[in-house]
Amino acid sequence: MTENIKVAYWPGCVSRGFTPELHGSMAIVAEKLGWELVELDRANCCGAGVIAEHNQELADTLNARTFALAQQTGLAMMNICSTCQGAQSECQQRLDADSAYRAHINETLSGQGLAYEKGKDGFTNKNFLWLLVEDYGLDRLKEQVVRPLSGLRVGPFYGCYIVRPKERLGYGEFPDRDVYLEQVIEALGGTVVEYDGARKCCGFPVVTMNRDTSLRQAGTHVGDAIDAGADCLVTPCPLCHLNLDMQQPEAAKVVNRDLGLAVLHLPQLVGLALGAEPKDLGMGKHIASTRWVEERLTAGAPA
Amino acid sequence: MADYTIKVRRFQPESGEGPYWEEFNVDLDPSLSVLDGLLQAKDRDDGSLAVRCSCRAAICGSCGMKVNGQSTLGCKTQIGEAQEQADKMVGAAGVSAAVADSPIRGEGSDLGSAGNPIVIEPMGNMPVIKDLITDMESTHWTKIRRVTPWLLPHGEPPEREYVVEPESMIDITQSMACIQCGACVSSCLSMEADPGFIGPAALAKAYRFVGDPRDAETHERLHDLADDPHGIYDCTHCFSCIDACPKGVAPMDQIMRLRRKAGEEGIEDPNAGHDHEIAFVKVIEKKGLLDEALLVQESYAPGIKGKLKPSKRGLTETIKSLPTILRPLRKRKVKLRQAIPGLHHGLPKEAMGDVKSIYAHAEEHSEELNLYIRGEEGDDAQPDGAAAEEVTND
Ligand code: SF4
Ligand code: SF4
Ligand code: FES
Repeated sequence: MTENIKVAYWPGCVSRGFTPELHGSMAIVAEKLGWELVELDRANCCGAGVIAEHNQELADTLNARTFALAQQTGLAMMNICSTCQGAQSECQQRLDADSAYRAHINETLSGQGLAYEKGKDGFTNKNFLWLLVEDYGLDRLKEQVVRPLSGLRVGPFYGCYIVRPKERLGYGEFPDRDVYLEQVIEALGGTVVEYDGARKCCGFPVVTMNRDTSLRQAGTHVGDAIDAGADCLVTPCPLCHLNLDMQQPEAAKVVNRDLGLAVLHLPQLVGLALGAEPKDLGMGKHIASTRWVEERLTAGAPA
Repeated sequence: MADYTIKVRRFQPESGEGPYWEEFNVDLDPSLSVLDGLLQAKDRDDGSLAVRCSCRAAICGSCGMKVNGQSTLGCKTQIGEAQEQADKMVGAAGVSAAVADSPIRGEGSDLGSAGNPIVIEPMGNMPVIKDLITDMESTHWTKIRRVTPWLLPHGEPPEREYVVEPESMIDITQSMACIQCGACVSSCLSMEADPGFIGPAALAKAYRFVGDPRDAETHERLHDLADDPHGIYDCTHCFSCIDACPKGVAPMDQIMRLRRKAGEEGIEDPNAGHDHEIAFVKVIEKKGLLDEALLVQESYAPGIKGKLKPSKRGLTETIKSLPTILRPLRKRKVKLRQAIPGLHHGLPKEAMGDVKSIYAHAEEHSEELNLYIRGEEGDDAQPDGAAAEEVTND
């Protein structure tokens, strides 16, 4: 594909809340890649699976509203959160499956002058990761790299909502979606670190309900990545980031070992390779220090 | 016919040694199963290779195992597809790191078809008895019995059988499809961190009775499952059991339905799972976007509507979460107004009006669309313009 990317952009809640560096770094990366992001600033929270647990119809209608707002722009939709991807795909699957149900939901939206139409203008909702690999392309990405991540050992961390369930998340058509992070890390010149936790759960959904189970998951994965020699993790999910980074000191206590591993948002990792400054990418805002990553990169880079 | 290399995680308790990997070369049609491959290796190379199986047709539930890290049935996984999966995985990703570099015995990996070997392991979250045979009693069956997996009707039994409307049983057909293979238990990521978790198979079974119109102890069942700190609110919503289940039971979906029902019955649980759910729903109703600090406060000390009434657990948990809130403040990651519950920005006013009207409507209906039961319309169904017309016509 050669045409430029222009999408209706749903940043999600957490990227404008507790992980503002994600929203900021996405803007920088979009500019460097020449992508145009039309922000959906009136769209609502995806419900993160919790609203669907409470009332499916409520979650489906809220997300149908977001899709309808995106469809008004005539563009495909992009999100930057694994959880948004999963929660929205779940609702979209139900809406797309049954025309009578869709009509019922659209009736609620009609008062707002909105309607979600299945397949209108080939409507899709893709995470930044999927768009980067499937629509922009790894070859083009490689051409844009000005600061290869040579020698940087990166562990991928996907987030459950973007890898399962496969049947709902388009793996039939795109079977490699569960290895895209590895492909991107390599395209950026980095080294993929294999460890047990890449496709496991960060534990965030139960952090308020069962703190021990939750932080044990986060701590175990971070520890495994350290043992496998990772310099950092990278994730397309800000909720995983909360448990892996913001909670890391607490997780360390639960698993009873020293941690201290930088966790990067996907746009930050891409941004570094595209030549953006770590500071501008908000890397100083993380809880686990990112200094080691920065030192690695500046040491390897030509002056 | 094609050549495949299968790499099996073996454990022979009588040898006194730890687990090790062994590779076998097999030769069979790609449409045959991984189990067929194992049986061929057992037949031709090593009769001591232990694997449970019976029906070889995804009916009996005996042959649960991990293939390339994915919990599944050996007899339902085509060996050709397993090879494609193995080739895709970067190295041995997805295979338990703990044993990934233990010694390999056997003929070496230069044999067989090109590409990576197909990696076969015993089920996870269960003790291994021998090779691919796990002890399902200690984790699976004990937990199944934990949920009282039989009908508890009240009153005199009818003279003959119970008569129910067929429609009233449709809701539980999905959980009735379970063949007790344990693949979901093997894949469960909460159970990895908390072995006490009741787990996907037993909770799906619990829904089978909670949803049964003949059962008279629905409320007691829900109370029991919500009160257990390792019960319905211990599931981390990871979808692993959905992908593992060979029968489409989607245990996680059944757990979410148990939570919904427990919520409807107004059951307060010690994990504050119900409070968290209601808090989330209310925060979005109020602001349209998530306000993390408000969510934490509301989960432990609900007060958006009515007075603040923190529980004792709520207070301790809030205090425990303080360092997590304070660290990002110090790093200027979040602004003070974001850390104080309720001050975070919300949606603009007219958008909030839209959100509120959606709430008003949906909270009244709360329709559930179960695709397992309803099925999906094919892609050749009416395009949207036409569909809308059709609905008004009928
Ligand atoms: S969704 Fe819940 S029950 Fe299912 S595997 Fe994950 S944690 Fe276990
Ligand atoms: S729910 Fe599915 S995976 Fe779990 S035991 Fe039953 S059939 Fe097997
Ligand atoms: S042998 Fe019966 S389910 Fe596989």
